[in-house]
Amino acid sequence: MIKIVKRDQPSKAIFFFTPVLAIFLTLIAGGIIFYILGFKPFEALKFFFIVPIADKYGFSELLLKATPLCLIAIGLSFCFKSNNWNIGAEGQLTFGAIVSGGVALLFYDQEGFYILPIVILAGAIGGMIYASIPAILKTYFNTNEILVSLMLVYVSKLILDYLVVGPWSNPEGFNFPETRQFSDSARLPLLFEGLRIHAGIFLALAAVVISWFVFYKTYLGFQMKVSGFSLKTAKYAGYKGKKMIILVFLISGACAGLAGVGEITGPIGQLHREVSPDYGFTAIIVAFLGRLHPVGIILASLVVAITYLGAETAQIFMQIPKYTGQVFQGMILFFLLASDYLLFFKFKFIGSKK
Amino acid sequence: MHKFLIRSFVSSLVLLFTLTVAAVAKDVKAAFVYIGPTGDHGWTYQHDVGRKAVEAAGFKTTYVEGVPESADAERVLRQLANSGHDIIFTTSFGYMNPTNKVAKEFPNVKFEHATGYKREHPNVATYAARFYEGRTILGTIAGTMTKSNVIGYVASFPIPEVIRGINSFTLAAQKVNPNIKTKIVWAFTWYDPGKEAEAAKALIDQGADVIAQHTDSTAIVQMAEKAGVYAFGQASDMDKFAPKAVLTSVENNWGPYYVDRVKAVANGTWSQKDTWHGIGDGMVVISGLDSQMPSDLQAKVKKLQADLASGKVHSFTGPIYDQKGNLMVAEGKTADDGMLAGMMTYVKGVEGDIPK
Repeated sequence: MIKIVKRDQPSKAIFFFTPVLAIFLTLIAGGIIFYILGFKPFEALKFFFIVPIADKYGFSELLLKATPLCLIAIGLSFCFKSNNWNIGAEGQLTFGAIVSGGVALLFYDQEGFYILPIVILAGAIGGMIYASIPAILKTYFNTNEILVSLMLVYVSKLILDYLVVGPWSNPEGFNFPETRQFSDSARLPLLFEGLRIHAGIFLALAAVVISWFVFYKTYLGFQMKVSGFSLKTAKYAGYKGKKMIILVFLISGACAGLAGVGEITGPIGQLHREVSPDYGFTAIIVAFLGRLHPVGIILASLVVAITYLGAETAQIFMQIPKYTGQVFQGMILFFLLASDYLLFFKFKFIGSKK
Repeated sequence: MHKFLIRSFVSSLVLLFTLTVAAVAKDVKAAFVYIGPTGDHGWTYQHDVGRKAVEAAGFKTTYVEGVPESADAERVLRQLANSGHDIIFTTSFGYMNPTNKVAKEFPNVKFEHATGYKREHPNVATYAARFYEGRTILGTIAGTMTKSNVIGYVASFPIPEVIRGINSFTLAAQKVNPNIKTKIVWAFTWYDPGKEAEAAKALIDQGADVIAQHTDSTAIVQMAEKAGVYAFGQASDMDKFAPKAVLTSVENNWGPYYVDRVKAVANGTWSQKDTWHGIGDGMVVISGLDSQMPSDLQAKVKKLQADLASGKVHSFTGPIYDQKGNLMVAEGKTADDGMLAGMMTYVKGVEGDIPK
């Protein structure tokens, strides 16, 4: 007989094992789905997970796709670790892109080394401003940050719509909803000739290193951890909760804003209505799949990025509907949450002794 | 026996020859990049109908659906160009810059961009349809069928394409009924059933008894069916979604153009051009007319359709005045393509301002 017993303490080994288990289960379930749909499961999985990154170009596209996911997820981990549920990274990304894009447009006919740093800084500030709204409302008016941050996503997209359709639209562009192209000085430099991977990846790597340092080597990281376990304890210990809430939201907003900068000054080169294919939401999956650990988040962002690339390849070569990519992302999160059960419970075999 | 041998030899030669020709001609592979799902029953659905026509003509095709106009479009295009496709159709405005960028890297692959204006490289062509001709028909029907003299119009984005449609529609409606007013609601989306239905509801609440749309979902005709007002299908024949409300639909018929262009690649005759086809070339098709329309109106519509096709009637024939009463097109003149391409003012009879 098998009995389910509660663990005395969540297992540390299983904490890092379950994401791997979740990915493994997703692959199996994905193979079964492909089989039911009438595709050869192994061939489909090959086109989904191996073919897209089999060459140098494919691998550079993987890094390009993973960069914003990693950057946003690192920012979100500051919030999630300390019990602040910022669901609006997509809005912070969009607002960061708006502010930095606006600055880039000011310099559209100029060249100069000083332009790019200003544009990047503007994006970070834009994201911080936008993230401060749910933070301030939470600290001073006790509103629910999940609702506020989520709803602000739609507001930011409407602001972007308004700007690219109206005042910021390209004067030579027949009123189509897009701005002018930015000048070369406002674009992030490419790392290799012929590949799209750009200097934005260093922003993501810097965020990884800094977050690791803050989480594990500073007093702030310790405070966040305590608040994450128990808000009451944090209060009892005398931590200044309000300051921390605002701080983690600002960090998170800056990261999302920088991800927006990376998109518009990297591969896109202008503002239009679709700056991000919902990176801000997908990064939530990345943050949890990476266990809110900086290294875990790097790995998770690569795994999730490949579901995007794989979906395209699978449709081109096997006519598998592209929306399967989203099914995979959903399954990863589902299996992760399900296997978290193992964190708190264990199976005990008690059949042998009667 | 001798005869039989010769005959079989000749026939096998003929067979071999046709097979070789077929093999050479049909080696061309075409790819299509879609903004939405193939099942949207609107814009993307109709492009996919066009793709199937290319398949039926004996060519291999590939498509990728739901490609966002973000940084992802460029990767999809490059992958298609890299994997043996000879001609790539990019079917949304937002693919304009990625299309031109990738076209530069693949000079041997032909690119066809729908609704854009940039042809930066010799291997990029553009194409669009004169949907405004279809809207002249819809305006004529709406102006005749309305009782409240208020006509609702759900618009997507304030770009020349949409403004042109509103104007063409209103001019035609005024011609049969000088008292009508066109009320516009901007949905700021191409495809969002929820928002579109809300927009239609708002117009019906303001007294509109005929609703036209320049968005892609079937939500508006379904809302019209529920409210008991008339509507028109967009992009595909939407009659089956609202049999009582839909009077007719304007269908986007891309198939003939797509087959033409793919064949041109196969024959080596493809060249860059900017195509803008209307009812005459069959790119814009009017679906069957609903039996609720009186027979004299049906006859009038049929005649108008023929005259638009032959060029006898132009949707923008003067005198045309803007909202403030300034002359836009003089009597006896018609608007040229340059004016149509940049049209950003409403004609008289349209209510409200263009959002800025």
